[in-house]
Amino acid sequence: MVPEMPAEAPTIANVTGSRAPAGPMVPARYRVTDHRQDNADTVTISLMPIDDPIDDPQPGQFTMLYAFGVGEVPISVSGCPRHEGVLMHTIRAVGATSRALCRLEPGSVVGVRGPFGVGWDVSSAEGSDVLIVGGGIGLAPLRPVVREVLAARERFGRVALLIGARTPEDLLYAEEVERWRAVPDVHVEVTVDAASRGWNGHVGLVTALLDQLPITPSLTTSFLCGPEVMIRVVARDILEAGSPADHIRVSLERNMHCAVRQCGHCQLGPLFVCADGPVVTWAVAADLLAVRRW
Amino acid sequence: MTASLVLTAAAQGVDELIAALARRGYCVVGPRLRDGAMVLEELQGAASLPVGWTDEQEAATYRVHRRDDRALFAYAVGPQSPRRYLSPPRKTLWSALRIEGGFQFEGEADEPPPYAFVGVKACELAAIAVQDKVLRDGPYPDPSYVRARQQAFFVGVNCGSPAATCFCTSMGTGPAVEAGHDLAITELLTAGAHELLVEIGSDRGGEVMAEVQSTVSWRPATDGDREAKHQIVAESAVRMTRRLEPTVARDVLIANLEHPRWDDVATRCLSCTNCTLVCPTCFCSAVEDVSSLDGDRAERVQRWDSCFTLGHSTLHGAGSVRGDTRSRYRQWLTHKLSTWWDQFGVSGCVGCGRCIAWCPAGIDLTEEVAAIAREKEQ
Repeated sequence: MVPEMPAEAPTIANVTGSRAPAGPMVPARYRVTDHRQDNADTVTISLMPIDDPIDDPQPGQFTMLYAFGVGEVPISVSGCPRHEGVLMHTIRAVGATSRALCRLEPGSVVGVRGPFGVGWDVSSAEGSDVLIVGGGIGLAPLRPVVREVLAARERFGRVALLIGARTPEDLLYAEEVERWRAVPDVHVEVTVDAASRGWNGHVGLVTALLDQLPITPSLTTSFLCGPEVMIRVVARDILEAGSPADHIRVSLERNMHCAVRQCGHCQLGPLFVCADGPVVTWAVAADLLAVRRW
Repeated sequence: MTASLVLTAAAQGVDELIAALARRGYCVVGPRLRDGAMVLEELQGAASLPVGWTDEQEAATYRVHRRDDRALFAYAVGPQSPRRYLSPPRKTLWSALRIEGGFQFEGEADEPPPYAFVGVKACELAAIAVQDKVLRDGPYPDPSYVRARQQAFFVGVNCGSPAATCFCTSMGTGPAVEAGHDLAITELLTAGAHELLVEIGSDRGGEVMAEVQSTVSWRPATDGDREAKHQIVAESAVRMTRRLEPTVARDVLIANLEHPRWDDVATRCLSCTNCTLVCPTCFCSAVEDVSSLDGDRAERVQRWDSCFTLGHSTLHGAGSVRGDTRSRYRQWLTHKLSTWWDQFGVSGCVGCGRCIAWCPAGIDLTEEVAAIAREKEQ
C-alpha cells in the first residue's frame, strides 16, 4: 500500500526557478512519506519522487541519499517501488548525515541519486536452495531478496534465513521477521550476541546455526550481508560444506563519495565497489579480502 | 595547408601563436617561472615563458637555473599539469536553496573558459589520455571534464630537456609528441638561428597556423628540419636513465602484496600526499557540503583527495581500512601501476617523474618496483 502524502505538505513540484543542473552528481528530490523507528539507532524511511524518479532499483543496489546542507551517504535499498509502491531505505545513525536522515519526518525532502552498483541477481538462484544470512544492519539490503523469494516461492528450492543481531532490541524488522517465520517452507533462525530478559532464542554467532539448516550446500545460492568478519566466517564455512564459491554472493562495504566510479575511495584491489559491487561472488571477494588493509 | 613548417623567429612565432589563440577565445596557459618553479599560468606572449631558464630535478630536488641562451622550452615538467584546469582542485557541483516545504537545486556553476595549453610535453598528453578513460569514457562521464576537454587546444613540444627524474621512454609515452596534439613544436636552437618546427596535428591546428603564417616569417620544413627533430628526441630518449617496464611493474606488484619492501618504504614515506597532488593522472576526489550560516543555502563542492589520507578509506563505525602508511603506499603504487590496468586497460603512470622530484623523502617509485622485482616473494 502506498502511504498517503501528509495532507498539509506544501507542494514544490511546480516551483520553477533557475535551470536545474544536470549530470550524475545531481540528485532527484524525493519526499519522505513514512518514518519508522526500527530500533534505538535505526530508522526506515519511505520516499516518493518529486522530480523524475530514479530507475527502479534491483535488490542489492544502493542509492546516495542527500540531507539538505549536511551531506550525502550511500544507503542500500531495503524496499523497491515495484514491491512496496515506495522507495525504502533503512538507515543507521552513525554519522552527521545518517543522523540527519534518521530525523526526517514525513513531508521532508531528500535528494536521491542512483540506483548504483551490482545487485543480488535473485532470479539466478531459481531452482536452487537459498541461504540468506544478515548480520545487524546487513539485513536491510537482504529484505528485498526475502520479498522477491517469497513472492515466487515455488521457483526456489529450500529456503533458509539466518539473522544475527547484537541484542534482541537491535533486531531489525522484528514484526516482519515473525511473519516470515509463519510462512510454510521457509526456515528462519534468529540469534543474538547477548540475550536480554525474556529472550529465549539462540545466543551466539550465526555460524553456529549453519549446519542445522535444511539446505544442501552444493545446491545452494547464498546471499550474505553484515560485518566483514561475519561474511568471511560464513563464506568459509559454507564453502567447506561444499557450496561453489561463485554461488556465494556477498555485499561489500567501502567508503563511497561519488558512486559513479570516479572518486577512487571505494577501491578494493581492482574493484570499484560502487560499480563492480557492492554484490560480488565469493570467487571474486575471497582473495581480495584475504589481503589485510587492501 | 602545410603539414609542417618552420617559424624562423621563434619568440615572435610564439607571440603570434598566443595572440591567434587568444583571438579565438582561448585562455592560453603555459609554463611560467614563479617562486622558483615552472608553474602553469595564463600567458600573454613568449616573454611570459621561462625564457633562458632550465630546471634540474632529482629525488626530492627541484631547482631552476639560467641558461646561456634564449631557449623557450628547455625544461622538463614542473609540479603542475593541465589536470588542474581540466579537472580543477576545487569545483562546485551544484548549490541548493531552502524553499517552503523543501529545497531546490540552482543552475550550474560558472563555466570556465576554453583553454589552449602551450608547451605541453608528450607525457602530459599521455596523462590526459589516461584521465579521459576515467572521467570521460566511463559509464558516467563528468560533464564539466567532458566540456573542458572537448574545448581544449594543445600545443605540444617535442621534449629536448628531460630531467634526471624522467622515464617516459620506458613507459612508451614520450619524448616525441605523437598523439593528442593540435600542433607540435620542436625548438631548433643553433648558434645562428632560433626557429620552431611546427607540425600540424588537427584541422583547427591548421586553421590557427594559417593565421599565424600570415603575420610572421616562415619557410616550408625540410628533411633537415625533420631530421633535427628526430635527433633531439632520440638524444632525450638516451639521456633518460631511469626505467620502469609497465607490464613487468604490473605483474610484479600484484604478486607481491606482502613483500617486506612495503614495510621498508613505510618507514620513509610521510603520507604527505605530495605524489598524488603532482601526479597528472591521479583522479581521487572528495565531496564537501558547505552551508550558509542561516542554513538556507547549501553547496556541494568536489575537491582533489589523496589515498594517503586516513579519511580516504574510512568506514563509519569501523575506522580506516588502510590505517597505516604501509597499506596506503601499497594502495597508491599497486593502483597506479597494477590494478589501473584492470580498471582502464592502461598503466596509471606516464613516466613524468613528478612524484620522485616532489617527494620530500625522495622516494623513487622506479627504485621501489626494482627492489621488489629483485627480491620476489617465494
